[in-house]
Amino acid sequence: MQLTVWTYEGPPHVGALRIAASMKGVHYVLHAPQGDTYADLLFTMIERRRTRPPVTYTTFQARDLGKDTAELFKDACREAVERFKPQAILVGASCTAELIQDDPGGLAKALGLDVPVVPLELPSYQRKENWGAAETFYRLVRGFAGGREKPARQEGAPASCNILGPTALGFRNRDDIVEVKKLLKSLGVEINVVAPLDASPLDLTRLPAADFNVVLYPEIAETAANWLKREFGQPIVRTVPIGVTATREFIREVAELAGVDPAEALATDADRLSWYARSVDSNYLTGKRVFIYGDATHALAAARIAEEELGFKVCGLGTYSFNFARDITAAARKYGVEPLISDDHLDVEEAIVEAHPELVLGTQMERNTAKRLRIPCAVISAPVHVQDFPARYAPQMGFEGANVIFDSWVHPLMMGLEEHLLGMFREDFEFHDDTGASHLAAVNAARGAGGQGAAIRAEQPAFEAAAAPEETTPDTTDSPDGAAARWTPEAEKELKKIPFFVRGKARRNTERFADETGVNVITIETLYDAKAHFAR
Amino acid sequence: MSNTAARCDAPAAGREPTIHQRGQHEVFCGLTSIIWLHRKMQDAFFLIVGSRTCAHLMQSAAGVMIFAEPRFATAIIEERDLSGMADLHDELDAVVERLLKRRPDIKMLVLVGSCPSEVIKLDLSRAAERLNREHAPDRRVIAYSGSGIETTFTQGEDSFLATLVDECPVAEADAAPSLVVAGSLADVVEDQFSRIFQALGIENVAFLPTRRSDRLPAIGPNTRFLLAQPFLNEAAKKLERRGATHIPALFPLGEEGTTAWLKAASDAFGVDPARFEAVTAPGRERARKALESYAETLSGKRIFFFPDSQLEPALARFLSREAGMGLTEIGSPYLHRRHLAAELDLLPEDVVLSEGQDVERQIDRCHEADPDLIVCGLGLANPFEAEGYATKWSIELVFTPIQGYEQAGDLAELFARPLRRRAALKVEV
Ligand code: SF4
Ligand code: SF4
Repeated sequence: MQLTVWTYEGPPHVGALRIAASMKGVHYVLHAPQGDTYADLLFTMIERRRTRPPVTYTTFQARDLGKDTAELFKDACREAVERFKPQAILVGASCTAELIQDDPGGLAKALGLDVPVVPLELPSYQRKENWGAAETFYRLVRGFAGGREKPARQEGAPASCNILGPTALGFRNRDDIVEVKKLLKSLGVEINVVAPLDASPLDLTRLPAADFNVVLYPEIAETAANWLKREFGQPIVRTVPIGVTATREFIREVAELAGVDPAEALATDADRLSWYARSVDSNYLTGKRVFIYGDATHALAAARIAEEELGFKVCGLGTYSFNFARDITAAARKYGVEPLISDDHLDVEEAIVEAHPELVLGTQMERNTAKRLRIPCAVISAPVHVQDFPARYAPQMGFEGANVIFDSWVHPLMMGLEEHLLGMFREDFEFHDDTGASHLAAVNAARGAGGQGAAIRAEQPAFEAAAAPEETTPDTTDSPDGAAARWTPEAEKELKKIPFFVRGKARRNTERFADETGVNVITIETLYDAKAHFAR
Repeated sequence: MSNTAARCDAPAAGREPTIHQRGQHEVFCGLTSIIWLHRKMQDAFFLIVGSRTCAHLMQSAAGVMIFAEPRFATAIIEERDLSGMADLHDELDAVVERLLKRRPDIKMLVLVGSCPSEVIKLDLSRAAERLNREHAPDRRVIAYSGSGIETTFTQGEDSFLATLVDECPVAEADAAPSLVVAGSLADVVEDQFSRIFQALGIENVAFLPTRRSDRLPAIGPNTRFLLAQPFLNEAAKKLERRGATHIPALFPLGEEGTTAWLKAASDAFGVDPARFEAVTAPGRERARKALESYAETLSGKRIFFFPDSQLEPALARFLSREAGMGLTEIGSPYLHRRHLAAELDLLPEDVVLSEGQDVERQIDRCHEADPDLIVCGLGLANPFEAEGYATKWSIELVFTPIQGYEQAGDLAELFARPLRRRAALKVEV
């Protein structure tokens, strides 16, 4: 049994649902109790889709158990096929249905429906969402591309590829595809099929026609791509084009497979990140300690961008994608940090506190942690939140993606710096200590209005609340937890002059230094001795 | 609804639903009630014993990521628990141990059953008893089920309150008369009602759930209870079994509902009618006044309710009688004939009442009815909006203070806003 407050991934059937919702002409009949229908809102509310996801839930109840749950399932299949007329149906069980062992696959097959049935067995008590998505996509690909012939490429025809991996509820997938298509087009490579997003089962039958496969999200598409490679000899482009360097590598890798010259595609002026990172105002980014956590694809890419493209220092690297633990471990070694392979958000929080980062790149969950610790933060990975579907174009991949990343990582640091400047003027009459930064106005207002108790309030339904500017936790960096007695008032005052986002670190370092050197009362001297001691 | 028949223990008073539905339910399970319960009872912690799905439901449904550390969590059952490699009760004890260490402030630990725990017949009441022996008197441990195979959305609160009644001390037969208001209300609403009861001279008033777990009211034959929420079937039965008497009334929504609700209590406690008039007149006046400004937006507009909270019939009564709205279909997961008797009597004859759900068919009917406003869950709202319908999320109706005189206007506002908003947006989609 695992104690959880938040989870990074849903159950595996939610992964399957994401594949069904990504595609056209697929319907998912899910044996599940009524509460499991919450999954619909992930698509309609978080992603703001205009249609319900293509899923029928049997919503069996206690009184059905041991009697007619199998009957319910069969009825649901028949009705779904009749009503939605899909090209194929997926059938499977959620965690509860798995326990009652009705065998949805067998039941659906026995119905003799006139559409192909793809049975899914997704062990809910072992596996999670991304695995469920990967397995479902693989089952569909194998089901529809399996047994087909790879057509011979026409003489003189351009090379073609499939783009595999983008899904509903994927982090910035909608915009990433546009960027990747742009890259491929600049190389003259034809796009055969994009899947699962917007593909139909019929499209999947055409997968073998491509010369190679581009895998955008290994978490989702690797299983299917490996199978396609075995079956049809399609090579896999493994570089995920997030960041400038990776995008350039991606171009070269594709060019190599397509037998074309990458020079023109590489000579683009679309990249601003690399110049911005070199411009003098970026000097202050040097060596910023950054803690990175997310799915493997985004965490790996972020670490590389941080170190090689922005001149940050990775001080923590982790993932909840257990299947990719090896890659993360290798990267962590490279950057000289301990890998964190865990899906327990409390572990992650602990690691963040421990690492004293100046910037956190993580999921929405780390955004919360960072907020509480008052560390600047940017979100780089699923699980997604309504804010991860911005109205504007905001890819992560390709050159434009790198530009977006530059902005979204550097902005929070700049906000921190501005607060620091405000802090330096704190003696000014306009900037007394209780004046919050203007972008935190809502927080200050909420404080007045009763703080956390007001989090769910009239006019502010659950969803808006989630997007609203943050809870009102006290500034933990300043909380003198008992140890305060050790600080002389002057030293305490001096400490306040240090920007808030490193103040906690300064306090801890100084106290540690004091402990180690046997100093009982911390003076201004001690503070600066410690600073010199820990200087990098 | 689970055991509809069993729950329908009272003789059908008044009208019957026009449609009984048995198909896909697009409604949350009872676990979702925890989202407001954990904020209401501030020293309680709700530990769901369930699956990753349950944990995911909680965070998705609530959009609660803003709560740094909410007072609920999920103990996720894993493969090794099911295969017998680990003893479930030992595992649970270990989880509880970890939790209590982290949260020493917890005074009441509530184990909440889920579908998986029910299906594998994990006896949480037994576990609660065992843990209680260990942790009493510092902490109380209780258990109830919020599983989706047994409870729909607000019924989770019903199950919780039913369990809480078991924990209430016994009031002797000669105890002073007391009033229990059952069903969670926002603190601000609770305070307003407290002041009114006080002005009416009704003493010994308690609200259930209480804000603190160690302040549970004593219940006995001299206890009368009012229901503040329409979904309290089991809790009401438990109260009655303790000898308490139900005061039947409309639910306190709108000026009419609030007045009738307070009046029922006043009559039961022998409050002088003149005093009742004097105490309630200002509130009634304010409620009527607040409602006036919504007449223009709401009157004549037709509304369709998908089933969610069981509040639907009472809301429909308010909207039709105090805001002049037209009713098409009123769906409710379950219609408690006895508790709703007064409400149903006030509904127009031609309204379609449906109980249970078959979501696809209901959507068809909704299209046919072509209403001006649809009240539905989060999964359905945006797709309806995309089709050009105005919608109101039903979940907001359980999170927002809507009961009582001072909130009558706010309640109307919840329905008026989507309509005003549509009118305000001039840009074509
Ligand atoms: S319906 Fe059952 S399995 Fe699903 S979230 Fe609710 S309690 Fe958990
Ligand atoms: S919003 Fe205002 S105070 Fe806040 S960071 Fe930006 S400029 Fe500074």
